Amino acid sequence: MSDTHAQTVRFVRESMLPPAEPPTKERGAVKWVRENLVSSWLNAILTILSIYFIWYVVSHVAPWFLNGIWDASSLSECREIRDATLGPDAEAACFAVIADRWQQLLFGFYPQDQYWRPVLALVAFFVALAPVLFPGLPKRMLWFTAASPFVMFFLIWGGSIWGPIFIALGFVIGWLVWRFLAPVAGPILALIAAIIVPILYWYFVAGLAATEAGGLIPIGLERVESRDLGGFLLSIIIGLSGIILSMPLGILLALGRQSDLFLINKVSVGFIETIRGVPLIVWLFTAQLILGYFLPPGTTFDITLRVIIMVTLFSSAYIAEVVRGGLAALPKGQYEAADALGLDYWKSMRLIILPQALKISIPGIVNTFIGLFKDTTLVVFIGLLDPIGFSNAIRASTDWNGIYWELFVFIGVLFFIFCYSMGRYSLYLEKKLAREHR
Amino acid sequence: MTDTSIEAREIDRSQMRVSDELAIEITDMNKWYGTFHVLRDINLSVYRGERIVICGPSGSGKSTLIRCINRLEEHQSGRIIVDGTELSSDLKNIDKIRSEVGMCFQHFNLFPHLTILENCTLAPIWVRKVPKREAEETAMHFLTKVKIPDQANKYPGQLSGGQQQRVAIARSLCMRPRIMLFDEPTSALDPEMIKEVLDTMIELAEEGMTMICVTHEMGFAQAVANRVIFMDQGQIIEQNEPREFFNNPQSDRTKLFLSQILGH
Ligand SMILES: Nc1ncnc2c1ncn2[C@@H]1O[C@H](COP(=O)(O)OP(=O)(O)OP(=O)(O)O)[C@@H](O)[C@H]1O
Ligand SMILES: [Mg+2]
Repeated sequence: MSDTHAQTVRFVRESMLPPAEPPTKERGAVKWVRENLVSSWLNAILTILSIYFIWYVVSHVAPWFLNGIWDASSLSECREIRDATLGPDAEAACFAVIADRWQQLLFGFYPQDQYWRPVLALVAFFVALAPVLFPGLPKRMLWFTAASPFVMFFLIWGGSIWGPIFIALGFVIGWLVWRFLAPVAGPILALIAAIIVPILYWYFVAGLAATEAGGLIPIGLERVESRDLGGFLLSIIIGLSGIILSMPLGILLALGRQSDLFLINKVSVGFIETIRGVPLIVWLFTAQLILGYFLPPGTTFDITLRVIIMVTLFSSAYIAEVVRGGLAALPKGQYEAADALGLDYWKSMRLIILPQALKISIPGIVNTFIGLFKDTTLVVFIGLLDPIGFSNAIRASTDWNGIYWELFVFIGVLFFIFCYSMGRYSLYLEKKLAREHR
Repeated sequence: MTDTSIEAREIDRSQMRVSDELAIEITDMNKWYGTFHVLRDINLSVYRGERIVICGPSGSGKSTLIRCINRLEEHQSGRIIVDGTELSSDLKNIDKIRSEVGMCFQHFNLFPHLTILENCTLAPIWVRKVPKREAEETAMHFLTKVKIPDQANKYPGQLSGGQQQRVAIARSLCMRPRIMLFDEPTSALDPEMIKEVLDTMIELAEEGMTMICVTHEMGFAQAVANRVIFMDQGQIIEQNEPREFFNNPQSDRTKLFLSQILGH
């Protein structure tokens, strides 16, 4: 015993203490209010100010919202109903415009009797997504995921079923070339062949074969032109395709930017910086004007597809930077341990590095996706009728001239639902991974 | 120094045989980091079954030397031949050598997103193309050997440092390497965990594994090494069998170094 104690007192506990309840003021609502709302004078003043602010906003918006008129055929009729029932000074939203035009806001000019097709495509999308988002599901579902882009394309655009089939075949061909050439000719040559052969196939064979097959066995759905796609359907098509396609491209670009191979490195850096340095709207105008020049004469290249390509390239540059951050955050030891075990570059990336780097990057990736999804509204400037485009068109009609807020609230809610779900999923994933890997 | 435990242990030397077959041959090897000459004229032959301990002051190039053996670092001149294969920029040779040479790091470098079992089966499945079942059996065999079979389904973050290092050893062994490299495997560990890791390494030595260990555990060196190499400023200053090395060091630098680490 050290000499700081004057004497040593013997003590042995004879009975153990049972756990006791905490005192009342330390529990429940009282404690919560004390700690969170009025813990200091400044805090109390801020609480009162916030309550006043919330009350101010709600008291102005709520009557407008609750008095909303759903049943009218024009803005002037709305006003008449309001004057008759609530008086001319009352605030009342005219939601009748949504009741009247929701089909256009959601589906654009898509033929009404075919609405089941985009809806089914959306369902297919979620089924395809499920095994990716929730790893507990059977792996066999991934086959459907692989096929789903073509299924969705066929459902939305219709036409002969052979088109999507022969396009999909190109990917299979590319994969086969890679599979059989890689062991013989080495990965770089095989990769180049696996890219070039399908492109040649699509260019020269696929179109012809699809026409022939369509002539022999005509199966298909009524064709819907791209200019008839619109409303929130268009936002979803552009946004989701952009999200799905930009992910692999962004990862490849991030790896390219990290690569020691001079050419690959410089091409990736150049691509990322160029794409990021120019506003999306400029790229969309480019898509509208220029992309057509690069295509074989005679083919008309769908404007929606052009926009999807541009949006994909744009967001892949952002994804690349987010993923690069994740790659850089991994300790060097992870790369070394993978190398020391004899894993080659692609295997160590796929099995060791990317799973961890992507996990770190989830918040940034989802953030980019949410941004991309909302940026799809920019397509209104190149004449596509997304929900914003339709809101302009609806306002231009004599019936609904002068209506603003109701449409924007509706569109805002639609976007909010999607973006908020993405945000929640990202939180769920972060928590789940944090729980598993710690 | 924490070596008392080792002296208490009876080392079984029956399997510790050094054959006259070369495992590693390094001739006139030089390496630079930029303009900094880290390794100078390294000549080193390691025979199959040898247990070599490399020591030396911090920054003397010990890590760099053993990292050159599995090409985590590239050398600029001279030759390194491992298991009859020369290390050059040929990727096929590098992958071949890496799968023959196991390595354990100071900070374990387990893969935190995989379970212990997955850590151990990953390389056999993807590099050696061993069927999953078989790889798992092998993994359990080696996990039992390092005395942590019951942790197989945990994640690395849930294990103590000593346990993690033993998993790292098991993970290397699952590739059935012919040579093991250790880079200060115990220097990130608390004293009571050092013993469990050293015990595992001693067992490996007893089974006749060719080992090169960078370590300052002089007790371990005395107990199992058949050669101790002292490095300073990127050069091999002195090498000898352990008893001579510790009792009768020749060079002044070695004497100084030994007096520093054994002195207090
Ligand atoms: N990547 C690098 N770039 C430049 N210099 C380096 C690099 N890695 C190591 N060095 C330098 O090379 C020298 C040898 O380093 P090394 O890590 O091999 O030393 P060590 O003997 O293992 O030291 P320690 O006992 O501290 O681990 C040191 O001076 C170090 O600063
Ligand atoms: Mg070192």
